[in-house]
Amino acid sequence: MSGRVRKGAPALVVAALSVVVVASIASAKPAAEPASEAGAAQQRTLNIYGYGPGDDVAQTRTAHNQRVVGPNVEIENPRGGFNTQAFLAMLASGSVPDVMWVSRGLIGSLAARGALQPLTSCIRKERVNLKQYRGAALREVTYKNRVYALPAFTNQITIVVNDDVARQSGVNPNRFNTTSWRKLRQWNKKMLRVEGGRVTRIGFDPKIPEFFPLWVKWFGAELISRDGLKAKLNSRQAIAALSYTYSLIQDHGGWDRFKAFRDTHNWFGRNNPIVADQIGATPFESFIYNVLANNSPNEELTARFFTNRRGGPITLFAGNGWAIPRGAKDPDLACKWMKADTSVEAWVAAARNRLNLRRRQGEAFTGLYTANKRADVKVFEDIYQPLGKRQFDDAVKLLVRAADFGFALPPSPGSDEFRQAYIDAVNRVLTGRQSPRQALNQAQREAQAAINRNRR
Amino acid sequence: MRSRGWLSGFRKPETWFAYGFIFPWLFGFIALTAGPMVASFYFSLTNYSVEQIAGLEKTSYVGAKNYRQLLEDEKITLALENTFIYTVMMVPATIIVALTLAMILLRVGRAGDFFRTVFYLPQITPPVAVGILLLVLFNGQQGIVNRGLELIGIPGPFWTTDPEWIKPSLVIMSVWAVGGTMVIYLAALRGVPQQLYEAAAMDGAPAWRRFKDVTLPMISPSLFFTFIILTIAGLNTFTEVYTAYFGTGSAGAESPEAALMYAIYLFRQAFEFFNMGYASAMAWLLFVIVMTVTLVQIVVSRRFVFYQGSARE
Repeated sequence: MSGRVRKGAPALVVAALSVVVVASIASAKPAAEPASEAGAAQQRTLNIYGYGPGDDVAQTRTAHNQRVVGPNVEIENPRGGFNTQAFLAMLASGSVPDVMWVSRGLIGSLAARGALQPLTSCIRKERVNLKQYRGAALREVTYKNRVYALPAFTNQITIVVNDDVARQSGVNPNRFNTTSWRKLRQWNKKMLRVEGGRVTRIGFDPKIPEFFPLWVKWFGAELISRDGLKAKLNSRQAIAALSYTYSLIQDHGGWDRFKAFRDTHNWFGRNNPIVADQIGATPFESFIYNVLANNSPNEELTARFFTNRRGGPITLFAGNGWAIPRGAKDPDLACKWMKADTSVEAWVAAARNRLNLRRRQGEAFTGLYTANKRADVKVFEDIYQPLGKRQFDDAVKLLVRAADFGFALPPSPGSDEFRQAYIDAVNRVLTGRQSPRQALNQAQREAQAAINRNRR
Repeated sequence: MRSRGWLSGFRKPETWFAYGFIFPWLFGFIALTAGPMVASFYFSLTNYSVEQIAGLEKTSYVGAKNYRQLLEDEKITLALENTFIYTVMMVPATIIVALTLAMILLRVGRAGDFFRTVFYLPQITPPVAVGILLLVLFNGQQGIVNRGLELIGIPGPFWTTDPEWIKPSLVIMSVWAVGGTMVIYLAALRGVPQQLYEAAAMDGAPAWRRFKDVTLPMISPSLFFTFIILTIAGLNTFTEVYTAYFGTGSAGAESPEAALMYAIYLFRQAFEFFNMGYASAMAWLLFVIVMTVTLVQIVVSRRFVFYQGSARE
């Protein structure tokens, strides 16, 4: 090595170290510049997670909420939905958001682990009227008698009946229901079509495993106790519900054929399964009517209640809600935000804006379905305009009523594992690996073990 | 004394020079690989979860509880079985297809460059896209694969729904992205001295003998390298399978147990079920398995791998 290099080597090492150190410092978040005394007193920042920026409904609500919390509040609403991995990283780094938009199905797991703040003081201080929320949606976010989130949408489920297919098959779409399982199976068999060993039309899609709780509710039974601490996955009713829904799929020649065909469906296009007569009837979330009204407005369909064994309507709620994580820097402001966002005024503003937007775009508006009872009434009575299409106007009326019959799975300390346990059980039955009883017995063991492991 | 000799090296400026160059890597390795590994081993002996991450509760030592739970968890057996079956199918299939393609490319002259690029393209396709593509290509009713099979009179299986066919379809998708392995073989094949083939031909060796006794020994280091790398990749497989069957919004979001790979179950335990301590124990079990498999491969390979300049045992 030359003398020049020898002399330069230590300097090079120091330079390399300096580069690493400088790069580390540069990549670190710069300290906030000190604000003026007056500015610091007035200026506040609300860090939101999992919401931004969202569609027109979310943006209208954000604008409304900004007015409520005041102009001196800067809203940090980064793009992207809630992600548990990112949230855990936030918790670990201590930089948690003030308020987050999260699936209500996750509330139990997070609340049981102390990652969320109970909203008791928020509700008291801000005088949040809990009576305005739908009971089932509120129970979905109430763990050990404490409310941990304010619910937003409900996504109620009703049955979409394809009128053409039903009539061709000798089924009256206006009398379609799930009250009699014997009749439902007959209708399923009448409407389905299998040609050359291939399914070319689904008669009735029971939508399991995702809607399995709805089928168990048909008996009036639950999959889990009200306090979320006792799994009831292998009850007589759950086994019967799984056996029955499995039989509806077996009528098509088995799960493989059924699912392979269902996976080809595109519900969001103009040639959707209703237009293409690829399905007779299926339970679906409320948003589908909006999609169909825009993509196939002239297609004849009938919306029907999902009914229990006594003929009464039932529907399963799901959706997101607002929660305040433990360690939030400004929970008071977060509370103000979530109260504003789930208020009648926010929903009405969002609905009005959407109606105007859809009119300008020449598209249909089939309403907003929220966990706020009063907002739903106001949106339907004051803003919603009938489309002049019998099938969609009737569907909207049905959706508004359906929300009164909603239920949801109560939060549990092992919500995700509980859900996964019954999904796996249904899949084991569908793929012929286990009988309904065996599968649900295993699911019961797995779910209860998860609950016991995670309860505090 | 060895340590004294090592320390005396620091008297020379070249040693400082060398360490200066490797420092960035060393820093990265310690901070981003070795550090998390040590931390995960510690967490595997604790009840680490959301409460501990949020600083609400102290991290408690639970001894070997998480490791004992591994033995009781039915899904661990299932996930390991799925992962092994997938790896055992994927590794030889990839090696055979890659080697076949490389040998063909070696013989097609100038067009070889074009085909090399074409065969390499799937390698640069994002794994998430591959996962989605899998569901489209292998749909049992309308997928291109089954339509192609129909043309030659073979009724295709229900690849994405039948538990017996889910893993074979995943293997085929892995083999589709064979370009990286193929390029390694191509380089190795080009390095085989031509005079060895000429000598073998003069001795009257047929093509198969030339392949078996000249080509394979000469490219055996590359075969061995890819064998190990592919095995490790197979045991760690995650993205494509997760996207196809476990990611929300995918057509097959019902999460079939036949597709539950070990790394997926580990991820779910950590980031969906929040059992971080247990997931850390799972990670260490996987590490031990990968290490054991790799060591066995290295020991066994001594009989089969020929390095130029070294005597073959």
